[in-house]
Amino acid sequence: MKLLVCISKSPDTTSKIDFTDNNTKFNESGVQYIVNPYDEWYALVRALELKEQNGGSVTTITVGTATDDSIIRKALAIGADNAVRIDAEAGDAYFTAFQIAEYAKNNGFDIVFTGKETINYNGSQVGGMVAELLDQPFVSLATKLEMEGTTATINKEMVGGVEVVEVNTPFVVSAAKGMAEQRIPNMRGIMAARTKPLEVVPAVACDQLVSFEAYELPPAKSDCKYVDAENMSELVDLLHNEAKVI
Amino acid sequence: MSVLVYIDTLNGKIAKNAMEAVQYGSKIGSTTVVTNGAIGESELAELGNVGASKVLVNRALTTNDAAQTTRLIKAAAESVSATTIVFSQDLTGKAVAPRVSAALKAGLASGAIALPEDDGAIKVNVFSGKAFGKVKVNTASRVIALTPNSVGVEVGSGSASVEEFSADLGNGSYTVKEVKKQEGDILLPEAELVVSAGRGLKGPENWGIVEDLAKSLGAATACSRPVADIGWRPHHEHVGQTGVAIRPNLYIAAGISGAIQHLAGVNGSKVIVVINTDPEAPFFKAADYGIIGDAFEVLPKLTAEIQKLKAQN
Repeated sequence: MKLLVCISKSPDTTSKIDFTDNNTKFNESGVQYIVNPYDEWYALVRALELKEQNGGSVTTITVGTATDDSIIRKALAIGADNAVRIDAEAGDAYFTAFQIAEYAKNNGFDIVFTGKETINYNGSQVGGMVAELLDQPFVSLATKLEMEGTTATINKEMVGGVEVVEVNTPFVVSAAKGMAEQRIPNMRGIMAARTKPLEVVPAVACDQLVSFEAYELPPAKSDCKYVDAENMSELVDLLHNEAKVI
Repeated sequence: MSVLVYIDTLNGKIAKNAMEAVQYGSKIGSTTVVTNGAIGESELAELGNVGASKVLVNRALTTNDAAQTTRLIKAAAESVSATTIVFSQDLTGKAVAPRVSAALKAGLASGAIALPEDDGAIKVNVFSGKAFGKVKVNTASRVIALTPNSVGVEVGSGSASVEEFSADLGNGSYTVKEVKKQEGDILLPEAELVVSAGRGLKGPENWGIVEDLAKSLGAATACSRPVADIGWRPHHEHVGQTGVAIRPNLYIAAGISGAIQHLAGVNGSKVIVVINTDPEAPFFKAADYGIIGDAFEVLPKLTAEIQKLKAQN
């Protein structure tokens, strides 16, 4: 089986979020980039497990510049066989999806994995767009995936529960918590990653459908009002009459 | 301007976040709703109460297959010449909105929390709720996925016409083998009131006091990541950066210290109440109301007071 895993970078979950250039750009100073957790913990690791069970290969794909190579090497250290970087400044989700779909079309993968969303843009967009561009099924928010030949049985989150579906390859799946357990790369993996192939592919022309014009931070929270632990009637009164939420 | 709103009514109900999306659409332009499944005509007509003028219902599509739902929406958008397509960003919206965006080559503003501004820019959540972005859509048509419980809904009066709508849906992309319904009536992502607890509760056997409080309020229950990871509570209750991001009107957190990753999932809440024995817990900095005390003592007292309030009203 040929498996493609979409890998995006995101700021470390403890990063301080602020903006520069008149609030039009994310302030990257002091920010440590990591592999987006959903892409790494769930999508990549499940793809590696399937390869270990059934044979085949795991390729990662990233749309970005050379500064992304360090997170790509991390994915290789965890166990991917080879990596592809589409050489472009990050654009909108459609631009990213278009690049991934073009590469996937030309290289014929059985399954394309994405994480359920990135933790910086939270758009949950790329997987569905890749599926549409490839005219393939899209199984969103998968929490479990088992393969039997060319048929996958997948648990997917739905409104109010879980749906168990059967889908034939090729398809696109977005991975949520439950798909796999995080893997910490070992020294051998880290050494091997240095020499694994990282192919740089030029981007294809594609319009951006949306652009981010500016950012803002939420207003500062006013001070916490303390209520005595013995006096819950006061809290209920505040919630009812002051905050008016109950 | 013609607006099309897709709502998921597969469970036979019109959820509050669906009504919210319909009303949001009606504030942009003349709104047609498209949905599928077996929901009754009279219930659909009531969508006029939240601003819909017309409802198109497809009876053939009985799953939320993203590819087929996309074809249904595309056909509906063409039939009413819609230039804005609105979704609620629930689990169905997350699966379908990007497909529709790619199919129509219409820019997607995902996670919207407000109406489009005069220049068309749309405010959305980014960085897991730690910031907002303004998205400009560069295409003639646009898709907006609205964060549940972000703009609210006010039910007025009105009636929408309901029409059966058929479309070429193509083949299903997968077969549904089984549907496992989640226990409990109130779904966390759309809940307006949420009671949440963390490791401070010491064990899963102690969750009764959390559930009692939730029940007295009519709230959903939630938990912190460690609690879901060690299996005290199901994963779908985990709120935070890598779990569910929620923005209820009231979020009560007991025995949760408030790590930055947890705050990312809840800081869109309108009012936050924090109960913790440790006065230095970082969560107090994000709280509107704080109680320094033991959840085991505070929660039952709070439940009793809520019950008193409910009895009065």
